[in-house]
Amino acid sequence: MDITEVPVSEDSKGKKKKNKKPKMKSKAGNGEAEKKQQEVVVVENMEKSEPAFPPSFSVSEIKNKQRRHFMFMKLKQEKRKQKMQLKKKKKKEREALGDKAPPKEVPKTIENQRVYDETVVDPEDEEVAFDEGTDEFSAYFNGLTNPKVLITTSDRPRGRTVRFCEQLATVIPNAHVYYRRGLALKRVIPQCIARDFTYLIVINEDRKVPNGMVLCHLPDGPTAHFKVSSVRLRKEMKRRGKDPTEHSPEVILNNFTTRLGHSIGRLFAALFPQDPQFVGRQVATFHNQRDFIFFRFHRYIFKNEKRVGIQELGPRFTLKLRSLQKGTFDSKFGEYEWVLKRHEMDACRRKFQL
Amino acid sequence: MMADSSRLCSVWLGSETGILKGVSLGRKQAFNFCNTRQLSRDQEVRALCWADPAQSELLLGSVDGTVRTFSTEKGAFTEARRCGEPAEGCFTGLAALSGSATVTCVECGTLRVWREDSSEPATQLHAGQNVCRMRQSPVHRHKVATGGKDNPLKIWDLQRPESPAFTAKNLRDDWLDLRRPHWVRDMAFIPDSDKVVTCTGYHQVHVFDPASPQRRPVLEVEYGEYPLTALSLPPGGQSVVVGNTHGQIAVLDLRKGAVRGCLKGLAGGVRALQCHSSQPVVASCGLDRFLRVHSLEDRKLLHKVYLKSRLNCVLLASREEAGQTAGEAGSQEVKEEEEDEVWDAMERVEEAPKRKTTTEEEEEEQEEEEVKKKSKKKKKKKEAFED
Repeated sequence: MDITEVPVSEDSKGKKKKNKKPKMKSKAGNGEAEKKQQEVVVVENMEKSEPAFPPSFSVSEIKNKQRRHFMFMKLKQEKRKQKMQLKKKKKKEREALGDKAPPKEVPKTIENQRVYDETVVDPEDEEVAFDEGTDEFSAYFNGLTNPKVLITTSDRPRGRTVRFCEQLATVIPNAHVYYRRGLALKRVIPQCIARDFTYLIVINEDRKVPNGMVLCHLPDGPTAHFKVSSVRLRKEMKRRGKDPTEHSPEVILNNFTTRLGHSIGRLFAALFPQDPQFVGRQVATFHNQRDFIFFRFHRYIFKNEKRVGIQELGPRFTLKLRSLQKGTFDSKFGEYEWVLKRHEMDACRRKFQL
Repeated sequence: MMADSSRLCSVWLGSETGILKGVSLGRKQAFNFCNTRQLSRDQEVRALCWADPAQSELLLGSVDGTVRTFSTEKGAFTEARRCGEPAEGCFTGLAALSGSATVTCVECGTLRVWREDSSEPATQLHAGQNVCRMRQSPVHRHKVATGGKDNPLKIWDLQRPESPAFTAKNLRDDWLDLRRPHWVRDMAFIPDSDKVVTCTGYHQVHVFDPASPQRRPVLEVEYGEYPLTALSLPPGGQSVVVGNTHGQIAVLDLRKGAVRGCLKGLAGGVRALQCHSSQPVVASCGLDRFLRVHSLEDRKLLHKVYLKSRLNCVLLASREEAGQTAGEAGSQEVKEEEEDEVWDAMERVEEAPKRKTTTEEEEEEQEEEEVKKKSKKKKKKKEAFED
């Protein structure tokens, strides 16, 4: 019987014998039912685990998928068991020490382990301050212009995109929605400039769902191209408040630390009019985490000094920057200030650009 | 203090904020040379070149039409000169002639030669509209080339400024009999011959030969889908390094017209490229505010420096690096001599796996032992010696 032969071959080099075992079995048990073979396999595997493996052996070298899977599951269970034992031990030690126990260690997260980025803006840096102070948004940040936004879509938009554009227009004050009707963007832009628009937003649609956004600052400003995902329109949101009013919202920009992040942050900030006296308790938040920008729109109310109640209104969506171009929209001949190159930039999980 | 730091710098860059930056790669330090109180966007540096072959002075051309001279010995700007109006466009080329004369070219096409003393140009010629770049031939200092959008490559001899010495012809009409658009972005003179390499905004690289009777390009290579903005020639003369607006830098072979490889890392458009005159090293700078130095042999990134403004032009100094490499080359030669002696002395080779010492006695002992496969052992021996 096969079972008696197996222990003999196990003692010597485990790898090769394991490969031979299925062949031996198939010779002997062609006519046998598969269940019996599996039982044999299981028995063999159980017998295998007890003797020590040769030191250079790893689970991935077993050619048989079923056995390899089984061995891997066993390995994981072993590891988990050891980890639980370690945890229990540590907990006991901690309780035993009582007050003198060392403080709990901070768990490692991807944000904690972020690779040091040398382009992070230092607030006291004169050169960067000068660069920012004189870039294309200086007219807005010095209070000279008021934003006026034109929202449009790619050609022939379908239902969701149209509704998304309408809702965006309620969120951004002084925004106008126009139908695209097959017009070329390069011809639209001079007309917008002539009519004093400061921003052009184009929502790109694919299969009836918005999936891209081109945000172009108008006189000669940078153009950002984003990938849009997770769009939730107003009626899909749970526990939402009433529709937003005409007041201009406050803007919160979270976590834009690097130089590129600063440029994008300023791009978003210049969409909304600057008004230090907040009227209407509405706030638009652009939160950057791991290079994804989450947009939320809330209404807040201070219940007392320490507690705030918020109601989410308005659409929510997620953006990921794909490219930032220096002039106005010109995808063929324009100069790009930053382009997402997936194979180079997404290779490291702990490195972020914004 | 400034003079010391300026003497160390091996790479000079001009930025959009008007700051001249010097970087010392050996010490990994970057210095800004500017008047901090007087920063303004008008002083955006558009053209940068060496004022003399000894590389002790730099010429900077700014957007407001002034050409400033910076001395690397003193570490300060020595003079400034008004060479044109900002209304004519930015500087697209700066070159220095023997006898302390400067050649400047602006976007509207006016090419002027300025002498040291007078404020009027000594020679002036018109090179067409929309000139994108002007370059001087390193061999014949009085020859310059200009090219631009719908403005074909023209080679001018400054001693005869009436008409160009060579005007390139546009490519043949395409298969629909339409005129091919033409946009020369950058050019360079190939050192040992009369030929000129240009790169265009329609992602082509052309080689023109003024000596040959045809005025159309001798060689045409296409790379990528985006306009090529910068070009540089490595010292071999058989290849060319080009960069485009997407941040892709590639080394193209001029003999066959094929892409040899790409240099990775840039995230923004390339504004300027410069190959070192003796070492296989290329420096690139662009809109992503980084200076990157790649090695041309294995196309790996050697240095990456963050400089906080967008960079417009880059210049490499040939002297500081020379000091370092002379030392390295010397030690390498010594090592090779030792290896040769050892090989000659030995007849048989065999195992010496982990011994890292390389004394003569040990070699003799090893020689007395048995021989196994020679090639493997030779390799192991070499590792031992190199350690």
